[in-house]
Amino acid sequence: MSLLEVKGVNAHYGPFQALFQMDLKVEEGGTIAVIGANGAGKSTLLKVISGVMPCSAGEVLFDGAAVHGLPGHERVARGISLVPEGRRIFPSLSVHENLLVGGWVKRPGPWSPDKVYELFPLLVKRREQRAGTLSGGEQQALAIGRGLMSNPRLLLLDEASLGLAPIVVRSLYKAMPTIVQEGTTLLVVEQDIGQAVSVADRVYCLLEGRVVLSGSPAELTREQISAAYFGVRRR
Amino acid sequence: MTWVNLVIQGILLGGLYALFASGLSLIFGVMRLVNLAHGDLSNVAAFLALLVVDGLGWNPFLSLVIVLPVMFGIGYLLQRYVLNRTLERGPMPPLLVTFGLAVVIQNLLLEAFSADSQGLDAGHIEDTAITISSRLAVGWLPLLTMGVAVAVIGGLQLFLARTQWGRGFRATSDNQRAAQLVGINNKRLYGFAMALALVTAGIAGVFIGIRTTFTPDAGSLRLIFAYEAVIIGGLGSLWGTLAGGIVLGVAQTLGSRVDPGFGVLAGHLVFLAILALRPQGLFAKQVDE
Repeated sequence: MSLLEVKGVNAHYGPFQALFQMDLKVEEGGTIAVIGANGAGKSTLLKVISGVMPCSAGEVLFDGAAVHGLPGHERVARGISLVPEGRRIFPSLSVHENLLVGGWVKRPGPWSPDKVYELFPLLVKRREQRAGTLSGGEQQALAIGRGLMSNPRLLLLDEASLGLAPIVVRSLYKAMPTIVQEGTTLLVVEQDIGQAVSVADRVYCLLEGRVVLSGSPAELTREQISAAYFGVRRR
Repeated sequence: MTWVNLVIQGILLGGLYALFASGLSLIFGVMRLVNLAHGDLSNVAAFLALLVVDGLGWNPFLSLVIVLPVMFGIGYLLQRYVLNRTLERGPMPPLLVTFGLAVVIQNLLLEAFSADSQGLDAGHIEDTAITISSRLAVGWLPLLTMGVAVAVIGGLQLFLARTQWGRGFRATSDNQRAAQLVGINNKRLYGFAMALALVTAGIAGVFIGIRTTFTPDAGSLRLIFAYEAVIIGGLGSLWGTLAGGIVLGVAQTLGSRVDPGFGVLAGHLVFLAILALRPQGLFAKQVDE
C-alpha cells in the first residue's frame, strides 16, 4: 500500500481551476520531488494534501484511509506535516517555544528539540531568541524543525529554498538524508529543478495543474524535464 | 492624608477593574474578538451567586465553587457553538452578535430577577479595615480583591508563558493558520480561551456584587470601564491591563473627591487623554511582522 495516494483531484480558487485530475503516488521512505514553473499547481497540491485547502473532486488517501474530508489539524495527528511556503513560524515565540508547539499533537517518534538542534546547529545559539528576529535561512530551518516535531510520516516542504542564498539552501538540503533516515518520507516542492532532482528518488513535473512527466531522476533526461517544465512539445 | 487615602482606594478599585478586564484582554489577544457581552456575562455570575447564596445559604465567596465551573461551561459552549461561527468574516459579525447577546442577557435577568438592586452579603469582611493611622484605613475587601486580581493576572501570565496550552494560545494569536499546521484545533482552543475569560469575569462579577449593589443592566457600564482599562494599559499585555485598571480607578476616586458626580467622567477624561497622547497604551506589546 502506498503511503499517500492522490486520485483524480481537482482544486479551485473561486472560478479558477488549479488542479486537473491530479494523480500521484508516494511510497513510504525516500524523497519525492514535485517540480514545475510558477503557477503549475505545486503549492495547491500540498495545500490539498495537508488540508489547508479542500479539493473539489477526487480523493486523498493516506496509509489507505481517506483523509480529504478531515480538517488540517487532524491530518497532523495522522502524520502529515506541512512546512508552508513563506515559513510562517510564530514570530513572538522563542525558537525553542516554536519547536515545543510543533509537538502539539504528541505523536510518538524520534524527534525532540535536542534532535532538531543537532540537525540544524545554527538554531542552537538562537534558542531563546524571538523567532521573528531570525534570518530567512534560520527561519526556514526552524520551520522544518517545527514540522518534524510532530514526528510526521510524510513531511511536505513547500519551496524551502525560496529567497535564500545558495549556500544556505545547500546546508538545508544537507539535512534531508537524516530526515529520511529517521523514517519520514519527504515530498519536496521546488521551482529550482537542480536542487530538488539531486535529492529525489522520484520526480513529478507539473504543468498547468496536470502531471506531465514522472519517473526516477536516472530515467529522465535533462531535455525531457525542461520540456515538461516549460511545456514545450517535442516534435 | 486624605489624598493618600484616596489614591490607595483608587488603586484598590483599579484591582477590581483589572480583574474584570483581564478576560477581555485575553480573548482579544488570542482571537481578536471584541466581546460586547463581557460585562453582562460577569453580571450573570453575580446573579448566579445570588441564587446559590439564597438557595443554599452559603457565603458568596463559597458560591464561587459552583459559579465558576458554570461560567467555564457557558464560555466554552458559547464560543464553540455561537461565536466561532462569527469569526473569519471580519470584525463586524462578532460585534453584532455579542451586542445582541448583551441585550438578551439583560432582558433575561430583568425577567427573572426584576429591576430591583441586589446585593451579596459576605458578612464581616465587608466593614472591617486595617487602620494605619487615625485618618488612613484600608478595607479588607478591597485589599482581598486586589490580591485576587494580582493572583489571577499573575496566574494567567504564568499559564501563557510556561504551559503548552499557553504556548498554543500565543502561537494561535501570532498566526492562526500556522497554528493549524502544527495540529492545533483552533476552534477548541478558542472555546477554552473564552471559558477561562468567563471564569475571570465570574470572579470579578461576584466581587463587584459583594462590594456594591447590582441590577440586571449593570453590565454595560462595567464593560466600558473594562475596555478603558485594557486600552489604557495597552492591548495584549495583562500587566498593562492591571496598570490601566489602576490608572482608571485612581482617576475615578480622585474625580469623585472633586465632585461626587465627577468620578466616572474623570475616568473617561483620563482615558481620552491617553488615547490622544499614547494611543498604543502604556504597556503595549510590540508587534512585529
